[in-house]
Amino acid sequence: MSDPVTGLKGAHFTGDISVTDAGLIGMISIRGDFNAPAFRNAVAAVTGHAVPETRAISGDATGGLAWMSPDELLYFCSYAEAPSKADALSDQLTGTHHMVAVISDARAVFRLSGAGVRDVLAKGAPVDLDPARMGAGEIRRTRLGQVAVAFWFAERDVVELVCFRSVAGFVMDWFEVTAHAGSEVGFHG
Amino acid sequence: MLKLTCPNCGVTGEETEFHPGGEAHLKRFGPGSSDDEFRDYLFQRVNPRGVHFERWRHQYGCGKWFHAARCTQTLEVFGTYTAQTSEIPQNIIDAIKSRRPDWEPEA
Repeated sequence: MSDPVTGLKGAHFTGDISVTDAGLIGMISIRGDFNAPAFRNAVAAVTGHAVPETRAISGDATGGLAWMSPDELLYFCSYAEAPSKADALSDQLTGTHHMVAVISDARAVFRLSGAGVRDVLAKGAPVDLDPARMGAGEIRRTRLGQVAVAFWFAERDVVELVCFRSVAGFVMDWFEVTAHAGSEVGFHG
Repeated sequence: MLKLTCPNCGVTGEETEFHPGGEAHLKRFGPGSSDDEFRDYLFQRVNPRGVHFERWRHQYGCGKWFHAARCTQTLEVFGTYTAQTSEIPQNIIDAIKSRRPDWEPEA
């Protein structure tokens, strides 16, 4: 079998912030009725995370569960583990209305770090990035420039961002322009 | 700028995060209807200046549809509510009437 590679092939950029390919990450899209006990139990049993509250994420891209929409979750695990986790979910959800799909190769994950990370994101995302309004534990699906992304704060000044693999190159280019050295804004402290 | 609050995920975003879906609360006329009914369903819109009920989709967010009541003259948004209804909720009607006392919902 061919070796898996990320959409970014390990790209890295350092300007006002550092932007890095987060590497191979297992991702599983899970859809179903969040109010169904069978769904909640199966998700908790396989992922180890309870179904998150609206717009919440527990854990991070190295292992976590994110709320994507009222009927969709995104589970992060190791790349190698994803197929077996998906099978386990499908087994547990048999007979319950659901969808489970491994999308590890269909998404790209970025890791952004640096004091100016809020300012850089604010250049392209129509989101209030005030620390009091957007903090740890919340995932925000929005647009960056003209493409759909989702991001969350893994730590203070560290953001993980996921986008479609097909636009990963564009997003990297976008960061290289908006975060080039000397372009800091200094708005969000 | 038009700012909408998606009732499905609670995000308040500006309009570029959403996609408009036209007038809300249309009654569909499909197979078996008369030509006139089908024409009116497809093309005839009241399009008043003022209070509108519209469908919107949170396309860069949770991806779900919802309804919004807003004024096309002032861009004031009276409220947003679930798309899983054929009736305008009372709280939306009350919100509009508090701002537009002369306005009456259509029968």
